[in-house]
Amino acid sequence: MTERTEALPSQRDISAEIVALHDAAEVGETQPRLHFPPYRSSLLRHPTKNPRPADPEGAELVAPVFGHSDVDPLEADLTVQSGGEPIGERMLVRGRVVDGDGRPVRRQLVEIWQANAAGRYVHQRDQHPAPVDPHFTGLGRCLTDDDGGYAFTTIKPGAYPWRNHRNAWRPAHIHFSLFGTDFTQRLITQMYFPGDPLFALDPIYQSVTDPAARERLVAGYDHDLSEHEWLLGYRWDIVLTGSHATYLEPEDHDG
Amino acid sequence: MAELIATPGQTIGPFFHEALPYDHDRELVPPGGAGAIRLHGYVYDGAGAGAPDALVEIRQADAAGVVPTTEGSLCRLGAAFTGWGRGSTDRTGHYWFSTVDPGPVRPGAAAFFAVTVFARGLLNRVFTRCYLPEHEAALAADPLLAGLDPGRRAGLVARREPDGGLRFDIHLQGDAETVFLTFPGHRS
Ligand SMILES: [Fe+2]
Repeated sequence: MTERTEALPSQRDISAEIVALHDAAEVGETQPRLHFPPYRSSLLRHPTKNPRPADPEGAELVAPVFGHSDVDPLEADLTVQSGGEPIGERMLVRGRVVDGDGRPVRRQLVEIWQANAAGRYVHQRDQHPAPVDPHFTGLGRCLTDDDGGYAFTTIKPGAYPWRNHRNAWRPAHIHFSLFGTDFTQRLITQMYFPGDPLFALDPIYQSVTDPAARERLVAGYDHDLSEHEWLLGYRWDIVLTGSHATYLEPEDHDG
Repeated sequence: MAELIATPGQTIGPFFHEALPYDHDRELVPPGGAGAIRLHGYVYDGAGAGAPDALVEIRQADAAGVVPTTEGSLCRLGAAFTGWGRGSTDRTGHYWFSTVDPGPVRPGAAAFFAVTVFARGLLNRVFTRCYLPEHEAALAADPLLAGLDPGRRAGLVARREPDGGLRFDIHLQGDAETVFLTFPGHRS
């Protein structure tokens, strides 16, 4: 491979920047910093001004509605989509999508995408010299059930290199796209796997400066979800920001 | 009940194009049909370069001011208007939608598209609004716009084009940085 890495910072440089930012962070910053310089691509793409508080109205109060005309149940199984068995560790990820009050987000769209077991995406701009799996696209969709539950059967993704710095590797992750009941609850995030040694090194994961908040991005291994001689199970629940129903409720609604 | 802490967002990254875009994703109405307009613009970074790996989503009322709760956004067969669309940017940072002008959701309200932007390099989604330029009185009475200085306010109002379309650019950073929004329930 061509070595074009002279200009890139080292992992040591990036890790030192992460530590310095974390040391200076306030406790309780539970969403990622938009300006997180160790993630170099954020430098020119973060808004510099504080977001403007607004009261949601009209279209902001109503999420788009999806239904069975939109999503085929087969789209939730990423291991049967391409006419053969994909290579890798078969797994199930199951969880619930709830709003800030713990209410289930029912019948709503969940979309995922991920690398294959070798860390390679089906994407023309993925240049990682790892094999494409002809039997794996890494794309899935489902609708949550009446309890907000979702489940995908898939292959555990591999870690992959990227060009943020020299010898940079993303921890294994699955990208998730979520809708709530309000448009303002829209969320795209990434789910990680427990115990990944790359966590401390990854500026995207570490852009969430609060340690407890970062942990919310990590699925739990759940042996009760594993299936005998078939697959390993993970549980990952997702909490969206409060819906407007929350703010409209009277102060004493818990009484 | 105590409010739960929301799951953090993470960047959409560079590899979403096989997953999120789909056929007719940006066509809330068929292009060229009666009442169809093109809403379009560029997503720019802080150096003024177009972002070729951004995704824009819009949510809107129909022409009568009703926000649809109709399914069918992913399979746009038939005539249902779902009021939601998704458009990835091209290599120049350009996005477009074929849609209709949203109506005001109540008498006197300023009509706008709710907009969400995702991009590689953007660690969490950002929200903004794209207001229709007509109805000066409604714009003047809008609580969000009223609180902004004129330069920043102008960035939230689309420009009407000669063909009836709307031009709305999104500046993630810089002198013309778009006004992004936070809503009750969002945390830092
Ligand atoms: Fe990824």
